[in-house]
Amino acid sequence: MLKIENLNIQKDKKVILREIDFEVKPKEIYGILGPNGAGKSSLAYAIMGCSGYRPNEGRIIFDGKAINNLPIWERARLGITLAWQQEARFEGITVEDYLLLGMKKKDRAEAEGALQNVLLDPKEYLKRRVDKTLSGGERKRIELASIFTMRPRLAILDEPDSGIDILALERIIEFVRNLTERGTTVILITHRADVARIAERAALIGEGYLVKQGPCQEVVEYFETRCLVCPQFK
Amino acid sequence: MQDYQMMVKAYEEAGGTPDVFKDPKTAHLVVNQNKVLGSQSIDGLTVTAREKEGGIDVDLRVDEGTKVANPVHLCFGVLPREGRQEIKLNALIRKGAEIRILAHCVFPNAIKVQHIMDALYTLEDSASLTYEEVHYHGVAGGVEVIPHARIKVGKDARIMTSFLLVKGRVGTLDIDYQAEADENGTLEMVARIYGYGEDKIKIKESGQLTGRGARGLIKSRIAVRERAESEVISELGASAPNARGHVDCVEVVQGEATAKAVPLVSVLHEHAQVTHEAAIGRVNQKELETLMSRGLKEEEAIELIIGGMLK
Repeated sequence: MLKIENLNIQKDKKVILREIDFEVKPKEIYGILGPNGAGKSSLAYAIMGCSGYRPNEGRIIFDGKAINNLPIWERARLGITLAWQQEARFEGITVEDYLLLGMKKKDRAEAEGALQNVLLDPKEYLKRRVDKTLSGGERKRIELASIFTMRPRLAILDEPDSGIDILALERIIEFVRNLTERGTTVILITHRADVARIAERAALIGEGYLVKQGPCQEVVEYFETRCLVCPQFK
Repeated sequence: MQDYQMMVKAYEEAGGTPDVFKDPKTAHLVVNQNKVLGSQSIDGLTVTAREKEGGIDVDLRVDEGTKVANPVHLCFGVLPREGRQEIKLNALIRKGAEIRILAHCVFPNAIKVQHIMDALYTLEDSASLTYEEVHYHGVAGGVEVIPHARIKVGKDARIMTSFLLVKGRVGTLDIDYQAEADENGTLEMVARIYGYGEDKIKIKESGQLTGRGARGLIKSRIAVRERAESEVISELGASAPNARGHVDCVEVVQGEATAKAVPLVSVLHEHAQVTHEAAIGRVNQKELETLMSRGLKEEEAIELIIGGMLK
């Protein structure tokens, strides 16, 4: 479904991703692991097509077609979307508006269901605004709910576990599984080994390089034994 | 009578509900140019309008302790293409009284119209006033709007002003509000304006928190495109213990438009605090890309972000 070939990205004259190669298969959960600052979010922005993250070399191929030159919205219309790690806030846009944005057929009941999926009460939240009045955790859950309503073909979830309390973490993991059951392929970016374990396959990124890829268990073990013990990765 | 009906129609087109002018329990005032077309007072609230040479004097009095249930509707307009309107408004909200005013200013056909408002709002102790002013201008940009106000907020009193001009061309706008809040008084001034073409927007809002525990907020949300110009001067001073204030200005600029923001904050007491934040420039990239990642084209995303900001 998604193939990354020899991806190199420079930002502000600094190489932030080098020679990245991996492939994501339809309907799988593919983990991207790595410590803070490894380049995981940069990879997410590159796949989404964000400004400043256009490849200097290499190709991003979606459904057999190179999408390097497509703007974000065209990639979104192909079915790619991103749940941002640091979510934007919008004055005057309600949660309901936000959840309905990416839906082809606007369905309020589905928006309510998506909120319930992330443990938010629709009665309390639909009319609230996606602004600074939401806590970080609330905003994170709304971001995930908006992915659910969009029914994308490929969802990049950039650290969906950050800012989420331990009790809700299991629910978030279940949410990721629900996404794939609905036909969405997931790229799950995290620096938490326990969260990454739900992926079938994974890649480990460190300092912009793809350090290891393969079955999730192997990559997670490598991450825990080789990276997490290393002071520079803490 | 024909003028009255035309004003009410223009008021309706600007988003107002004309039935309020038939309701005996709702105070109102309807003015076209410098001619009073209708007014109504209610128990505890007196609206008096006197025509004079070159303008109108309006007195609005709310008796002590009166809680006005329905909003007072003020409808000011200039229906012809050319004309001048000058209103001197003196509003006195007595102790413990509460009132909400909805002012609609309609200039749908303006080619060369001037609207001048010189207002004095006096809120006695524990009084409360919410003043929401909505403008509807035509598309020609031929309006010059000059609203000036002095606001005195008494002990434990509260005022909230809101100025909204997002329909039609602004033309030339020159807002100058000066407010002062006494002990535990609260003042909140919000302006939301969308300018384009050759519009010129100048806002000066000033608040002085002179009483212990006074609170102040000056908030501006401005969007300009094409060749419009915007200048926002937000001045907030705190000179008493536990006085707290915040200035919050966002100006979004597109095309050849220009924007300027001048926050002037001052603190004259060690236990007072004033903060300010300002963001001027193009639409926030993160917000834009987030909406685009949901499938919106760039121009659709910009429209949604600006629409939300001005809502």
